[in-house]
Amino acid sequence: MSAVLGKKVGKKSVDHVKISREFIADEPHIAFHDKRLWTLRTLRDGQANAIPEWEELRVLASGIKEHTLTHLADYLEEFERNATANGVTVHWAKDAAEHNRIVHEILATRNVDTLVKSKSMLTEECDMRPYLEARGITVVETDLGERIQQLDDEPPTHIVVPAVHKLATDVAEVFADTIGTDRNNADPHYLAEGMRQDTRPYFLKAGAGMTGANFAIAETGTVVTCTNEGNADLSGNVPPLYIASIGIEKIIPKMEHLGVFIRMLSRSALGSPITQYTSHFRGPRDGGESHYILVDNGRSERLAMDDFWYSLKCIRCGACMNTCPVYRRSGGLSYGGVYAGPIGAIINPTFDLKKYSALPFASTLNGSCTNVCPVKINIHEQIYKWRQIVVEQGEVSFVKKEAMKMAGKVLADPKRYRQWTAGTNKALAGLPRSFLYNPFNAWGKQRELPEPPKQTFHQWYAANRQAKEEDEQ
Amino acid sequence: MSSRDAILGALRAAGRTSTPLPDVPLFDADLPPAFEQFKLGLAKMGGQWLGAPANLDGWIATRFPDAKVICSAVPETDGTRRIETVTEPATLYDVDVGIVRARFGVAETGSVWLSEDEYKVNALGYLAQHLIVLLDPASIVPNLHHAYHQRGFHVARYCVLMTGPSATADIEGVLIRGAQGVRSLTVIGM
Repeated sequence: MSAVLGKKVGKKSVDHVKISREFIADEPHIAFHDKRLWTLRTLRDGQANAIPEWEELRVLASGIKEHTLTHLADYLEEFERNATANGVTVHWAKDAAEHNRIVHEILATRNVDTLVKSKSMLTEECDMRPYLEARGITVVETDLGERIQQLDDEPPTHIVVPAVHKLATDVAEVFADTIGTDRNNADPHYLAEGMRQDTRPYFLKAGAGMTGANFAIAETGTVVTCTNEGNADLSGNVPPLYIASIGIEKIIPKMEHLGVFIRMLSRSALGSPITQYTSHFRGPRDGGESHYILVDNGRSERLAMDDFWYSLKCIRCGACMNTCPVYRRSGGLSYGGVYAGPIGAIINPTFDLKKYSALPFASTLNGSCTNVCPVKINIHEQIYKWRQIVVEQGEVSFVKKEAMKMAGKVLADPKRYRQWTAGTNKALAGLPRSFLYNPFNAWGKQRELPEPPKQTFHQWYAANRQAKEEDEQ
Repeated sequence: MSSRDAILGALRAAGRTSTPLPDVPLFDADLPPAFEQFKLGLAKMGGQWLGAPANLDGWIATRFPDAKVICSAVPETDGTRRIETVTEPATLYDVDVGIVRARFGVAETGSVWLSEDEYKVNALGYLAQHLIVLLDPASIVPNLHHAYHQRGFHVARYCVLMTGPSATADIEGVLIRGAQGVRSLTVIGM
C-alpha cells in the first residue's frame, strides 16, 4: 500500500475514540467546530431547497458518474487524446510513489526550486510535499486553510475547510511562529492579510504552479478547478509551468455535464451558489507548458469492489462531513487518514483495512450523509457493509466484541430485553452520578445519559392499550 | 507493461456493467428575468454592479483615487498601461486596477465569463488588486446549463466563470473578501 496517511498517527491502526478524546476535552474548540459545520449544513439546505429540480440534479449527477465509471478506461483514453492534441503532456501514475516521481522529474529537469500549489486532496493522499521537500524543492500551499495546516505540520482536517478545527487564536500562534505576524492579534482579517502578503512573492518567483482537479472533461481534455481564493488561477496562470494532478475518477464525459455538477458542488459544500472561481484549463498559454498526471492509487482496485465502487462517484464536497454528528464532535484528525468524516470511513478502509478498521464504527448510521450527498452515494450502507467485513476479519476490539455478544443475546430474547430495559430505567433514575458515569460507560463520557422514562413502552402498552382493546372486544 | 496500460487494463478487468448516459435538460422554464437575477447573484457573492458611467476614466479616478497602475485590456480606456505591452505575467504584480470585458454573464450565479481572448494575459484577473469587468447586459444567459453550451469552453485554452472577488472563510468562518486574488470586483453594464 503506497498511500501514506495521517502524519501524526503513524502506521499502526487508528483508534478513532482515543484520538478524538483530546479534541473533545477542549470545549471551546469542539463547540465552535460543531456550530461552524452545522452552519454550513444549514446554508446547504437553503440552497438546495431554492432549486426545484435539486433532486433531479442528484439523480442526473449520480447517473452521469455511474455511466462514466462503467466506461472509465474509454473516457480516460478520450481525455488523454484531446489533452495531448491541445498541447498538454499527459502522464499516468499507478500509485502515489509514481505520481511523486513524475512531479519531481518534471520540476527537476527544468531546474524548478519553488512550486506554488492550490489545495488538492490527491497530493495529500500521495504525501507529495515531504517527497519534494526532501529533494530541495520549496512547496508552498497557497490556500489559506491549507497553508495554516502546512505551517502547523498537520494534515487538513476537512476536505473543503482544512483548518476548521482551529480557532483564530491558534492561527495567530502558528503565524507568529512561522510568518512573523503579531502573536496577540487574532483578528481573522489581519491574519488573512498577513498570509496574502507572505504568499504573494512566491507566486511571482515560482517556476511552477500546481492544482488538483475537481473535474476532467473527456470531450475537450479540460481540467476544472473550483476555488474561492484566486490561488488556483494564480498558480495556473503566473508561473511558466502548470501541473495538474487528477484522480482518474474525476473524469466526466462532456462539457455540458459540468452544468449539473457545478450547480451542486459549492451549494453542497459551503451553501454558496458557486465558488468565486470555476476555472477551465484546456491547454498551455502562449509560451507556457502544461502537464496532467492521471493517478490511480487504488482507484481501479476499488472499481472492482462490488459493494464499494460507488464511492468513486464522490465529488469531494464535504457535505457528508458537515452533517455528521460524529465528525462534528470528534474532528478530522481523529480519523487518522487523508479523508475524514463519513466519506473517510468508507474510502480509507479501501486503502488499508487493518489501519482504518475503527472508522466504520465512527457513525450513528443515521443516514444523513447519504441524504445530503449530491451524487447519491449510499454512504451509510457502505459503512454498515464495512462493519461486517471488519468483524469477519476479526479487527474488532475485545470490549466491543464482548459488548456486542451481550447485546446480541439481550436483543434476541424478548423476555430478557424487557427485564433489561426496565432494570436500566430504574438504575438511571436511582443510582448516583459517580456510579453511572464510571470509566466503563463509553456513552456517558462526552454526553448526558438520557432521562429515564417512568415505564418501558411494553409496560405502558400493557397498562393502556391492552386494557382498552380488551374493553372494546 | 506501462502504468498507462496497467491502469486501463485494471479498469476494464473490473468488469462493471455498462449503465446509460442520461440526457441533461436545460432547466430553463419559468426563470426570473435574467438581468435582475444576475445583479442579485453578483451582489450575493460580493461583487458590485454599476450602470454605464458617463465617463469611465473619471469614475475610475473617483473610485480608486490611490491607484498608480491601471492596466487595461479594453478599447474603452487605456488606463496607465496597455495589456498589449505586457509579456511576462509576473510583471503585473504592481497593478492596482485591471479592466477587461467579459464575453457573457450567467444570471443564475452572477458569474462573468473570461478567457485568454479577453484577458490577453490571464494573470491580469488575479494579480491586480481590484478588477473592473465590462459586460453587455444583453449577453447574460439564464443558467449554468445554458452557459456550458457556449462554444467558448471548447475553444479557449483557459477560461473562467468568475463570481465576485476572491474570498476566504478559512479562519473561524469569518468571510473575507480579498484572499489571494482581487480585493474587489466591479461589473459595469456597457
